[in-house]
Amino acid sequence: MIEIRNLTKTFTTSADDGTQTTFDALKDVSLTVGDGDIYGIIGMSGAGKSTLVRCINMLERPTEGQVLIDGVDVGALKPKELREIRRDVTMIFQGFNLLMQRTCLANITFPLELSGMKRSDAKKKARELLETVGLPDKANAYPAQLSGGQQQRIAIARALATNPRVLLCDEATSALDPNTTHAILELIRKINRELGITVIIITHQMSVVEEVCSHVAILDEGHVVEMGEVAEVFANPKSDAAKRLVYPNAGDGHDDDAEKSAGIAAAARSGERVLRIVFNGSHSTDKPFITQMAIDTGIAANILYASTRCLGDRVFGDMLLGIPDDPVCLETVRGYFAKDADIIMEEVIKEDDHA
Amino acid sequence: MLDRMFTSEALEEALWILKNEFPMAVWETVYVTVLATLFAIVLGLPLGVLLVAGEKNGVLPLPAPVMSVLNVIINLLRSVPFLILMILVFPLTRLIVGTSVGTVASIVPLVIAAFPFVARLVESSLREVNPNIIEAAQSMGASPMQIICKVMLPESVPSLISNATIAITTILGYSAMSGIIGGGGLGQIAINYGYYRYRYLVMVIAVVLLILIVQIFQTVGTTLAVKSDKRIKKK
Repeated sequence: MIEIRNLTKTFTTSADDGTQTTFDALKDVSLTVGDGDIYGIIGMSGAGKSTLVRCINMLERPTEGQVLIDGVDVGALKPKELREIRRDVTMIFQGFNLLMQRTCLANITFPLELSGMKRSDAKKKARELLETVGLPDKANAYPAQLSGGQQQRIAIARALATNPRVLLCDEATSALDPNTTHAILELIRKINRELGITVIIITHQMSVVEEVCSHVAILDEGHVVEMGEVAEVFANPKSDAAKRLVYPNAGDGHDDDAEKSAGIAAAARSGERVLRIVFNGSHSTDKPFITQMAIDTGIAANILYASTRCLGDRVFGDMLLGIPDDPVCLETVRGYFAKDADIIMEEVIKEDDHA
Repeated sequence: MLDRMFTSEALEEALWILKNEFPMAVWETVYVTVLATLFAIVLGLPLGVLLVAGEKNGVLPLPAPVMSVLNVIINLLRSVPFLILMILVFPLTRLIVGTSVGTVASIVPLVIAAFPFVARLVESSLREVNPNIIEAAQSMGASPMQIICKVMLPESVPSLISNATIAITTILGYSAMSGIIGGGGLGQIAINYGYYRYRYLVMVIAVVLLILIVQIFQTVGTTLAVKSDKRIKKK
């Protein structure tokens, strides 16, 4: 378990005229990461994410506060003890940071060399890890000959070499294209499940957190503004920072309310009844929900508006449906949605009913 | 000058010198240069490492006064003209070699002049190493010495070879200058025959040979540097 307690990091920069300016990268950050979690720390650039992750293995010394890994205060360790704990808490980076003059195999044996493992044992271990990350044929290639995704796989193999308990990922997928990102996240998930390694992922990409994380903390200007399970935080974002992340298009030309009104108006013109369906974490991503309803009930619903998000295997968001203006129809649909407790259905009252 | 350069006597004399004195002179020039470069690297490499590693944000921070002293000494030695340095280090040369004139004796001032230069070259090579790679090594639990020996130096090998080539050609130039104090080699022939005795043809031959040696060193150095660089994609 990793406990971050009241962490504050202040950078002091001296200008040429001798004046000092201070900048608080982290302000009183507290977090607890449980064993086996995939914990996402998300925030805009400059929110302090990278500083936070570097405080976990003391690449960056916090100004105040503590980091406890399984009860051990990392900040209080002697240099030698710190170097040992760093073999337990390894890291991968946005820029991969492989040794460019070493072969892939030699990159993976590097941390084992540092720990003084016998060369032949280290090579054997490295070959196993090349299998794990799916690049068994790249042992003698140099990093410059590999693509970004392949380099990150080698970096992951290198990070796994010392059998760590925790893997820190600092924007590990930010330099990769969406397909490669997906493949790397799959690999991270596999490592988490099969080897039981706790993973902390620093990212500015919502999609990364949505895809693999079990927990999330949202960092904004050095503060943790929200944290908890991914589904909870994203289903109901409370802070402005969280809302900006969950609804990145809000406020830049993408007007949800206008779209909804337009949908309702269109339905009114064609004499349809409008229903609002709220998905509150239902396990329905694997079935075509509305189509299935049409098949099961014989009612062809018209999708007027939809804004849903999949988090893990759950759906959140809402949808406006137009159905024929008929009480029997309404009851059938109501009965259909009532079967799933995570779906709420309500009828949208037509404008002329108000009058 | 030109009309006297190609008379039959001058040609005959030059050919005689080419046959009897140049082979020895080329050998002296090469071995003085190579030995001086090796000693300069032995002193300059660790010094260059200290200049980078010892910085405030380096992997092995040293006290600021120590760093200042190192920098001042290096700048001081580098700012003394070689001709004057040769004379200034006479006592040291006598102490080490036993005499202050001759081919072997010229190695001492060459090393003294070259090692601060080598230290600066090493410094610039090591600064080219991506700091993120050093951070990655730290994150894997590497000690400062491990970072220096297993990351900084191996990662900058191509650049170190390039800079060693610059060092050896510069030292070759200095060694020719040491002909003035009886340093031997091509420089001495150029000065003795060309400058003191107006045998311009001999001087020209000596200079051409120096150019050839520089060319050879440079070509070998560049080839090695490129070959050693694994960042260049090869199929």
